[in-house]
Amino acid sequence: MSLRRIFLLPASLVTIGLFLVPMTIVLAYSLMTRGPYGGQGLPLTLENYQRFFDPLYGEILLRSFWIAGETTILCLILGFPLAWYITRSGPRRDLLLQLVMLPFWTSFLVRTYAWVFLLRDTGLFNTILMATGIISQPLPLLYNHGAVLLGLVYTSLPLAILPIYSTLERLDYSMVEAAADLGAKPITTLFKVILPIATPGLRAAALELAARGLRVRDIAAALKLTPAAVAQLLGGSTHG
Amino acid sequence: MADVLTLTGVSKIFPTHRAVDDVHLSLPTGEFHALVGPSGCGKTTTLRMVAGFEIPTTGTVLLEGQNVADLPPYERNVSTVFQSYALFPHLTVRQNVEFGLRRKSATNIDDKVAEVLDLVQLTGKEDRLPAKLSGGEKQRAALARSLALAPAVLLLDEPLSALDPNLRQQVRLELKALQRRVGITFLMVTHDQEEALTLADRITVMNKGRVEQTGTPHEIYLKPATPFVAQFLGDMNWIGKMGLRPEATRISKTPTENSTPATIIHSTFLGNFIHIRAQIKTNETLTIEVSRFDQSYQPGDEVHLWWRKEDELHFQ
Repeated sequence: MSLRRIFLLPASLVTIGLFLVPMTIVLAYSLMTRGPYGGQGLPLTLENYQRFFDPLYGEILLRSFWIAGETTILCLILGFPLAWYITRSGPRRDLLLQLVMLPFWTSFLVRTYAWVFLLRDTGLFNTILMATGIISQPLPLLYNHGAVLLGLVYTSLPLAILPIYSTLERLDYSMVEAAADLGAKPITTLFKVILPIATPGLRAAALELAARGLRVRDIAAALKLTPAAVAQLLGGSTHG
Repeated sequence: MADVLTLTGVSKIFPTHRAVDDVHLSLPTGEFHALVGPSGCGKTTTLRMVAGFEIPTTGTVLLEGQNVADLPPYERNVSTVFQSYALFPHLTVRQNVEFGLRRKSATNIDDKVAEVLDLVQLTGKEDRLPAKLSGGEKQRAALARSLALAPAVLLLDEPLSALDPNLRQQVRLELKALQRRVGITFLMVTHDQEEALTLADRITVMNKGRVEQTGTPHEIYLKPATPFVAQFLGDMNWIGKMGLRPEATRISKTPTENSTPATIIHSTFLGNFIHIRAQIKTNETLTIEVSRFDQSYQPGDEVHLWWRKEDELHFQ
């Protein structure tokens, strides 16, 4: 065995063990029949794939893609200025990065559930708005599309900031100065220099975010695998 | 000739230190001016204040008669050639040069691009991305990008430091010739004393944020205003408070009028010359520069040192 193959062995084992094998198992399951008491068994069937084209599932799938797309765009728009600010904040940079990471120290479930307390009819926002007389009826803040989107954006934002930060951090700041030097106003520098140079990094961040949005959303929507699901908590059964 | 750029009482105070301290500087139109000094002396900060990347804490920056001290870079008629060149990696040579012209809504962009690329001998490489250029070509592309705007002052931040030493000599000559041809005022920052002496019409030596001296290369080298300037540009022997250049320190095997006896302690072969280190009676060690044909001096030899009165440098 050549040295090259030996060095590739650990990575190959990880790929085979943690990716190829599970995917093969899922593929095998997808071709089986659901048993009367749960579990999967013979005979082999394509019925599961037929159900994929059922309009009911098609709509859920579409909605998942839609909300994942919305989450991604919002996260990029919100994450980019913040990541830029952290990149340019000198000695405070490490502290700010740690603050971005801070939410990961508490459970995803707890953070998401906290929003329920803020958004529900007797929650903080509605209580304050009613107490100040701005509204007389509680606003329907929870169990709708907006609430799911809010939850997804909120939980995904740190995951957007970090890859954008690492992209912007590699960008030679003299590029920005050169653009200004050549007469470009800040907005022109952003669109003609910073964004084109940062695009590969942003694309990677966007793909990761979209995949995560789909995953979290689908865990909730399709598999009903609560409690760690934003959609289930904030979207309620109407949006599950 | 009228001064195109005048800095008056310019200071820059950062939270941690005073980077530039009461700098005065005037550049006549068409001058090639070099700002030199050790790292941290404030030369780069001074250049950046002219470019607009830093705003002076106090003082005025007059560019073509207008105080631009508080204007952003994109509203100043200056352009910078960066040490790293800062060519936009996603744009071709042509697009890089066009970038500034488009921002300034210039006319005849194609003609201007062709003209500057011809000037820096990059014709034929218009459609290359910066990654496909050699170090020298990148430097010329950056130069072309700035020259295309015909700035009142062209700022150069260590423009030759990223080139390998063999290329640097050649590029230095080209840069000088180019500056003469276009007639644009150049303000260059360098820590390389030889670069400053060979390129500049006038040199400003800075130290600890302050200007030590401004003058022609001759004045700076032959009549340094302070011991720091004498030490920074060229080597210097010190006999008490009197300075003497190694090449002005003469050596002889026999005593002459006013000569000082000395003992050779070391001899270093430098290719085109030899540096002899010799100790005099007061225990000071002097360097004497002799031609490589003068190899008869050996360590341990008793010799006699002498110099002309007019080569002595005295400081207050």
